[in-house]
Amino acid sequence: MSTTTLEKTEAAPAPAGAVPRRTRGRGERGPLGTALLHGGLAVASLIALAPVAWLIFLSLGPEKDDYLHPGKILGKLSFSNYSFVLQHTGFFDWFKSTMIVAGGTTLIGVFVAATTGYAVSRMRFPGYKQLMWVLLLTQAFPIAILIVPMYEIFSQLDLIDTYWALIVINCTTAVPYSAWLLKGYFDTIPFEIDEAGRVDGLSPFGTFFRLILPLARPGLAVAAFYNFITAVGEVAFATTFMLDDSKYTFAVGLQTFVSEHDAQWNYMAATAVLIAIPVSVFFYLVQKNLVTGLTAGGTKG
Amino acid sequence: MTVAIDRATGKRRGDRAPRPGLGQRIRNGYQKYWYAYAMIAPVVVVLAVIVGYPLIRGVYLTLTDANSLNSARTIGVNHIAATYKFIGLGNYKDILFGPLSYDRFWSHFLWTVVWTAACVTLHYTIGLGLALMLNEKVRGRTFYRVLLVLPWAVPTFVTVFSWRIMLSDSGVINQILHALHMPQPQWLEDTFWQRFAAIMVNTWCGVPFMMLSLLGGLQSIDSSLYEAAEMDGANAWQRFRHVTLPGLRSVSSTVVLLGIIWTFNQFAIIFLLFGPTSAPDAQILVTWAYYLGFGQQPRDFAQSAAYGVLLLSIVTVFTSFYFRWLKRNDQLAV
Repeated sequence: MSTTTLEKTEAAPAPAGAVPRRTRGRGERGPLGTALLHGGLAVASLIALAPVAWLIFLSLGPEKDDYLHPGKILGKLSFSNYSFVLQHTGFFDWFKSTMIVAGGTTLIGVFVAATTGYAVSRMRFPGYKQLMWVLLLTQAFPIAILIVPMYEIFSQLDLIDTYWALIVINCTTAVPYSAWLLKGYFDTIPFEIDEAGRVDGLSPFGTFFRLILPLARPGLAVAAFYNFITAVGEVAFATTFMLDDSKYTFAVGLQTFVSEHDAQWNYMAATAVLIAIPVSVFFYLVQKNLVTGLTAGGTKG
Repeated sequence: MTVAIDRATGKRRGDRAPRPGLGQRIRNGYQKYWYAYAMIAPVVVVLAVIVGYPLIRGVYLTLTDANSLNSARTIGVNHIAATYKFIGLGNYKDILFGPLSYDRFWSHFLWTVVWTAACVTLHYTIGLGLALMLNEKVRGRTFYRVLLVLPWAVPTFVTVFSWRIMLSDSGVINQILHALHMPQPQWLEDTFWQRFAAIMVNTWCGVPFMMLSLLGGLQSIDSSLYEAAEMDGANAWQRFRHVTLPGLRSVSSTVVLLGIIWTFNQFAIIFLLFGPTSAPDAQILVTWAYYLGFGQQPRDFAQSAAYGVLLLSIVTVFTSFYFRWLKRNDQLAV
């Protein structure tokens, strides 16, 4: 990378002979530039925030048609939607299902992705290339091709309407990407550490568990986050495979507020806010590691 | 036990020691591979069972006339055996060249291509723009970053419902447009505006990932390159063109590929934005295939799976061309 870049840079037309205009150094910016920068970032943040903020606002309006007259909500702010959702809907059932599915996916997925990522980062074995290809290709699998036969297979195994079905399915979509990401992260950990561990008499598994995993915490955090949001956000399989409404995940449960004929937007908004909170908390906990983890994963492959 | 660490370069090992005998090599190799295979075994097994086998089964289904009326099913205590039969390539012929092929496949195909191209272009340009801004030394950039990543942190299905409320006929967006005396499109009913809205929502959801990945890429560019460029008198645009873009190459080629694949197969946004049954013209191929298999009665399993196979072949062909193109341009990152 660096060599090509350097060549490019040198090849760039330098105004030889002409007195170079004084360019501002990096890090120095005119006041206009700073203003533009803050303006741009502020506008973008606003756009990023608006739908969520609007949802929170609407969730405080007690009537189901309040979204049509947002101005009137201000006069009658209340938490009645929240108490209704918490007391009279399957919210806690959905919460339990979602946590089981997302937690299971995260635990199993991260562990499996970590061993795979480590193997492909450190070892070259026959079948290595094929494995990398398969991992990439599973990203490309449209659910349409799998959902029908999976439905058949799972119903033959009596796994329809169980958490296991969703956990396993979510793992198949989340693990390949996490493995790629973690491979990139492991690549940034010096190989000398492995060698040192080996010299001290650790087996490859020992090296992996005792030395590499603790060092890879930021990468693991990103992978965990990715697994978690993939599992929480999965719609198609959860909608199709979970039949018992006490086992709905949030993605399915939220749809029940909006049927063809009746849309209870107020309850839906309150539920959505309640869902977004644990995810955002989790997000906040890992976000410090997010850029570091993605950096390694993104640039290295 | 000098196992496992050889990294494809392999040079160091070769230089270091004389080539061991054949028996030794096999023994070394066995040890090395044993650990590697033990570590990848869970993934391989899971992928084989949950992806490989259903894939084969799915491909077989496409060669039959399976639907929910003739598949094996259990009603109460009675188990009814499957009665569907093998019909060869009939489904594909029907989908690609049948009398309804334009209405049911090609129009969705065109829209899917437009959808993918538009979304990924927007994701990339907006994501890059924001990443560049966040990479500047600016006060409160951690704060901005947290805010900007928010769309990614909130589950898609939550925000899609939020958009649905905002875009509904007399929702807040149309109220604002009304206040500004601008036309108020029927976002969720009119085909053109449905598509517009879908692209808009997907862009909103997809930018944070691009932004973070590209920000990571930007931070990994060696700052001495910028200094060198400045010494050579390169202006801001030239530095961007000749330092930043080449430096982002590898991360760009990866995230663009992932973006294309993910957008092409994006299910949740369109499915939830318009509800499972409405908006036939705004469905992309994936959601349409789902509709065929699960959204109508009788469920047409065979055609749904055939759509799946077609989708997978499109993605596979595209990916291999993409890789060839990357290789030719020496931009291969993966």
